[in-house]
Amino acid sequence: MNARDLLHPRPEGLYCPPGDFYIDPVRPVGRALITHGHADHARAGNRAVLATRETLDIMAIRYGEDFAGTAQAARLGETITINGVRVTFHPAGHVLGSAQISVEANGLRIVASGDYKRQPDPTCAGFETVPCDVFITEATFGLPVFVHPPSTEEIERLLKSVAQFPERSHIVGAYALGKAQRVITLLRQAGYEKPIFIHGALARLCGYYESRGINLGPLEPATVEGPGRESYAGEIVIGPPSAFVDRWSRRFPDPIACFASGWMRIRQRAKQRGVELPLIISDHADWTELTDTVRQTGAREVWVTHGREEALVRWCEIEGIAARPLHLVGYEDEGD
Amino acid sequence: MERFAELLDRLVLTPSRNGKLTLLVDYFRAVPDPDRGFALAALTGGLDFPAVKPAMLRTLVTERMDPVLFAYSYDYVGDLAETVSLVWPHRPRREGGPAPTLSDIVQELATASRSDAPARMAGLLDRLEVPGRFAAIKLATGGLRIGVSARLAKQALAAFGNVEVTEIEELWHGLHAPYMELFAWLEGRAAKPESAAKALFRPVMLSHPVAEGDLEKLDPADYSAEWKWDGIRVQVTCESGISRLYSRTGDDISGAFPDLMEEMRFEGVLDGELLVGDPTEQTRTFGDLQQRLNRKTVSKRMMTDYPVFVRCYDLLQIGDRDTRSLPFAERRKLLEEFVGRLPPERFDLSPILEFEDWKTLEEMRRNPPHPVVEGVMIKRRDSTYVPGRPKGPWFKWKRDPHVIDAVLMYAQRGHGKRSSFYSDYTFGVWSGDPEEPELVPVGKAYFGFTDEELRQIDKFVRDNTIDRFGPVRAVRADRNQGLVIEVAFEGINRSTRHKSGVAMRFPRISRLRWDKPTVEADRIETLFDLLGD
Repeated sequence: MNARDLLHPRPEGLYCPPGDFYIDPVRPVGRALITHGHADHARAGNRAVLATRETLDIMAIRYGEDFAGTAQAARLGETITINGVRVTFHPAGHVLGSAQISVEANGLRIVASGDYKRQPDPTCAGFETVPCDVFITEATFGLPVFVHPPSTEEIERLLKSVAQFPERSHIVGAYALGKAQRVITLLRQAGYEKPIFIHGALARLCGYYESRGINLGPLEPATVEGPGRESYAGEIVIGPPSAFVDRWSRRFPDPIACFASGWMRIRQRAKQRGVELPLIISDHADWTELTDTVRQTGAREVWVTHGREEALVRWCEIEGIAARPLHLVGYEDEGD
Repeated sequence: MERFAELLDRLVLTPSRNGKLTLLVDYFRAVPDPDRGFALAALTGGLDFPAVKPAMLRTLVTERMDPVLFAYSYDYVGDLAETVSLVWPHRPRREGGPAPTLSDIVQELATASRSDAPARMAGLLDRLEVPGRFAAIKLATGGLRIGVSARLAKQALAAFGNVEVTEIEELWHGLHAPYMELFAWLEGRAAKPESAAKALFRPVMLSHPVAEGDLEKLDPADYSAEWKWDGIRVQVTCESGISRLYSRTGDDISGAFPDLMEEMRFEGVLDGELLVGDPTEQTRTFGDLQQRLNRKTVSKRMMTDYPVFVRCYDLLQIGDRDTRSLPFAERRKLLEEFVGRLPPERFDLSPILEFEDWKTLEEMRRNPPHPVVEGVMIKRRDSTYVPGRPKGPWFKWKRDPHVIDAVLMYAQRGHGKRSSFYSDYTFGVWSGDPEEPELVPVGKAYFGFTDEELRQIDKFVRDNTIDRFGPVRAVRADRNQGLVIEVAFEGINRSTRHKSGVAMRFPRISRLRWDKPTVEADRIETLFDLLGD
């Protein structure tokens, strides 16, 4: 069987003709397999959805209980057969509930990674290497310049700055799903026990993480109704990255803008956004993780999706691995 | 090295002056000698490693990785030092020995020759992590460009040691990296360093602006007045055959003015204004002087076209005699005699203005006889020369600023306290065909308004955005709609960098003209008329 006959891109998303399903479709389809809950991968309006329990819950939180016609929970490691195609979800280490999807028929196995990372993350199950013939990898940070330092070191820098500037507040920009909870958990692991103030957009997802057994410690809403203005001095506040620009951030005394993202590796990126303390904490694989993972899967062919495809394709060529960019539309190249 | 690298990273992204001072003081406190001294030297431009060149780094890195992957990376990042620091193949530290300290790196680079510099640089990069590699490359190739001036570094030292910054400036040129005796003194472990070095900088005396009601309380008979010239303040120092030209903050700028240095053959210290022209014929504009500023080397042509001279207004030393404790009137007499013996095409006297009362002086201030005058200086006749800015003896009384009405075109988000406000404004004036005029940007201003006005402009920007470019918004600005702002500024220069061909000096917003239709804003010709050439 030709790999392209098992999975190939269509305007709606990555399609499996024999199984008649799509992976992470960007438009409503009959049957969708969803890797994780970020909005560019998980959309509402599909007739049938198959995803992990957590991903289904997150979709329900974001889109309402009726986000799809029917929803089926996939257990990690358990194989489900759809029209003769064997489908298995494996942990991807990206955010809570994130999975790679292995698609297998006639002795050919393709693994669609979704988004993934290899750094340890206390808020979700770690990435599992799945040997395969074709590996479909993301390439958000697909350039040799992206090497993420250990996240624990980044958190230490944040805590050092909090001690150094006790009269100011530190506002950390972090995506509402995954990054925010990871930053909070990392702070707790580093011994930070004070309440952490969160933007309203984070509240429900933080609550959900807690319900899945991830202890985030004392959280308080960063609202005007809360404690008085001065009391934010010396505090850590977490909000979605868009909140910096927002008038919301005005209530904090002389804030230090921090941003937790793999993009913070590049100084100019930090400068452009007006970030004073960049924290290189990413939920995507860096260059080393991408290349190591490609090697470990043993894939003879690699398809590269959203991100900087050309460098990873070039690397595969040097390594003697067949590779091509897979032009899928509708995914965010910049999300992290 | 890690702490120095971290300091650089934070300084680059910290916009506030106080934030930078905190970072610097904490660094001097936490880091031992001699590393902190070398860091200080790096920040104040006191280190130079001519053997390392940027092209060499590119060669080194492409010997170690696929050139195509390097090209993709460089393309994306845009900065060579940063790209190399990021893509340099990582080696576990133990292979290359312990991570080098800042002092190790300075030592290694200072003793490198052209031929062994590449190997030494590569050896250092092998033993460093990403931030350390970036710092090492910036250090080696010069030009840290981190928004810290030598002056700010000295202010941090003053805060660290709880001394006056003028004390540091006075000592500065007699000290050398790694500044161990300086730190010992600042930490109270040793006496203030005494320097035998000659031709050191003497901290300058500064003036206060005349405020409302200041002059009424003063007797004009006690004061002497001079024009305030629009050049740069310099200190001309010649001692035991050593000559130096210093800026008002004590930076040694001798190298850029060989034409002047050649004529500095006397024993004494002068305080004056550096200007372009020939004092016996004409004094040229600040724009002309700018041609000579901030240059490392200067061509013959440049010296012929833009000759510099010093208009002297004070004398701090003659031979071995320190004259700073004499009253101004006596210093002035000595100055007149002294300057009379110097080459007239390079040195002249700042004339004393005759006035009977403040009203006469006010008239003179308002109608200066020369375009290069930006106001008057008022000095108490009995004032001794004291460093810093004492209140009372010296005043500056500036000409009123120029104002124009301009139209707000772009707004950018600010930093720190202003990070959620659009607080940096690019404004323009009309240009071209009067029937079909176009707005052309002429400057940028980010202060001059109250907090309440800032909130109002911010709201205007958010409500009238027509385009976005990263942190910048373009706002509605045409003949029918837009916000007119009155901009005050000190002067105007020709500029090849700006599309309009002119650049304003010290522009700030003086008033918001919500009432004024945009068509009534000024035209570019108004600015051209102010060029004064």
